[in-house]
Amino acid sequence: MSKFPYSDLVLEHFKHPRNVGEIEDPDGKATEGSPACGDMVSVYIKVDDETKTITDVKFQSYGCASNIATGSIITELAKGKTLEEAKKITWKEASEALGGLPPIKAHCSVLAVEGLRSAIRDHEERHGLVTEKVPTTREVVEKRLKKVMNPLSGLDLVRTKLVSDIEVKDGKVRVVIDLPSNHQFASAIREEIVEKIDSLWDVKEVEVVFTE
Amino acid sequence: MFETSVYLDNASSTRLDERVLEAMKPYFFEVYAVATSEFGYSMGIEAKEGLAGAREKLAGMLRAGPEEVVFTSGSTESSNTAIKGVALALGKKKGRHIITTKIEDFPVLHSARALERDGFEVTYLDVDGDGLVDPDKLGESIRKDTILVSIQHANQEIGTVQDVEAIGQICMDKHVLFHTDATHTFRRLPLDVDQVPADLITISAHTIHGPRGVGGLYIREKTPIAKWMDGGYQEFDRRAGIENIPGAVGFAAAAELFTPEENERLRSMRDRILDRALAEVPQTTLNGHREKRTPQNANVTFHLVEGESITLHLDMRGFAVSTGSACFSRSLEASHVIAGIGGDHERAHGSVRFTLSRYNTMEEADAVVDAIAEVVETLRKISPLGKGGRG
Repeated sequence: MSKFPYSDLVLEHFKHPRNVGEIEDPDGKATEGSPACGDMVSVYIKVDDETKTITDVKFQSYGCASNIATGSIITELAKGKTLEEAKKITWKEASEALGGLPPIKAHCSVLAVEGLRSAIRDHEERHGLVTEKVPTTREVVEKRLKKVMNPLSGLDLVRTKLVSDIEVKDGKVRVVIDLPSNHQFASAIREEIVEKIDSLWDVKEVEVVFTE
Repeated sequence: MFETSVYLDNASSTRLDERVLEAMKPYFFEVYAVATSEFGYSMGIEAKEGLAGAREKLAGMLRAGPEEVVFTSGSTESSNTAIKGVALALGKKKGRHIITTKIEDFPVLHSARALERDGFEVTYLDVDGDGLVDPDKLGESIRKDTILVSIQHANQEIGTVQDVEAIGQICMDKHVLFHTDATHTFRRLPLDVDQVPADLITISAHTIHGPRGVGGLYIREKTPIAKWMDGGYQEFDRRAGIENIPGAVGFAAAAELFTPEENERLRSMRDRILDRALAEVPQTTLNGHREKRTPQNANVTFHLVEGESITLHLDMRGFAVSTGSACFSRSLEASHVIAGIGGDHERAHGSVRFTLSRYNTMEEADAVVDAIAEVVETLRKISPLGKGGRG
């Protein structure tokens, strides 16, 4: 049993995902990922205006087992929490609640966590709680890169010191990754970086360069 | 883990046939010496004869001379040897241009990429929506400095069979060496070097109920190819290293067990899976050519769902299949073959490959379609793409 990559809890949530579906007339909703990048999660929330707590949450997943299981657990973790509490739920907490996820699957499962945060943000935007657009800087890019997982370790690119340079100029973003271009995960990492960065409102072009 | 009762990943590896094991056994326990020269000791001479017998059998099936077949550790080594060996032999003399396709298996594709890093130029031919190479396009791509064309006999994922006779003829007319990877066709489709003018052919035991870790490379007489693994003078001084005699004997024994009737049986199971899956499950696409495909391969995309979720659900029900989804692959990349036939990521992610063998039955072919129809329906219910098309 121990050699199988998924815990019994992951399999249980994969087989019988909780809170699946759509909420009619949600107070917040978001979709993260796309069929092109592989995985996709939609999250819908209902919010009690007075207590600012999440009264209902549902999700849908086009993705692998980790993606489905994380979507399921995240709805269980979020239900009944205040928006501020729910925002702080991390991938690590979701993973721990599932009895651990394989590091290589971090990038598929982190989408569900982001989906929940984005649904909350959607709710806040609709209620005028969000500030205006900020221009993209190195710091903004770095923050985004913290959401791109290094499949070797399950930790993000910034933390694992794979980002050796970031340049932002006239809507063009150039990211230098300290890996050879023929590395096993080079293409996957490139795709994920582009996907995370080119959605920023003022970014026109994203270039990912490998050091070798 | 779950118990696998229906194994349908035979393109990756097959169950060993007991008769193959019986043929190999004496070379583990009785004739375990290295193959010596004819002036060696008795057990070594016997070992040498065992190896020669295996070589003769395999060469005969290809209508080749025994000295044209070299044993290797498998199809990866065979293809590496063919491509890098020719590059080493001709790179300085004739030219540094190689032609292959976008849908080759990794041993060929990554050997070509490795040579690119060493200054060779590689043309990766496009294939059409069924996975077929246009022989005219190949003809136009051949240049004065082209030293090798490497085009597979049949594809590892979608089973499409290339017209290797026409391709080989073009190469011969233009005096360019032709290598073909026949890992998935040897003994399943007619293949001999009188019919197919190939100079180099990759074959392997692991896809035909033989042992893993043994393959072969057909090298037409006088083909310029450099030895790149140095050591002793084994295999006509073409591949150094102590010969894997039990493996070679097992390879030949496995190859001998194939019959046209068996391939017909595989073909009928393949057709059952394809016909039923495409007719009974909504929103499906066939991957590969409907007729020009290996008898053992069925490949279908189930749209709106992701392959790893399908394979895990099937695994829980005892079925082993594979998928072109990124989440299933070791590099997290979606299938380059589905991309090569013009498919997007979504088509790759929902693609499922069923590869059949001697040990599968028609009941199993039906059972896997029944199971996958249910699994796909369940997964579509939770998919945000499930309603209103492809998102």
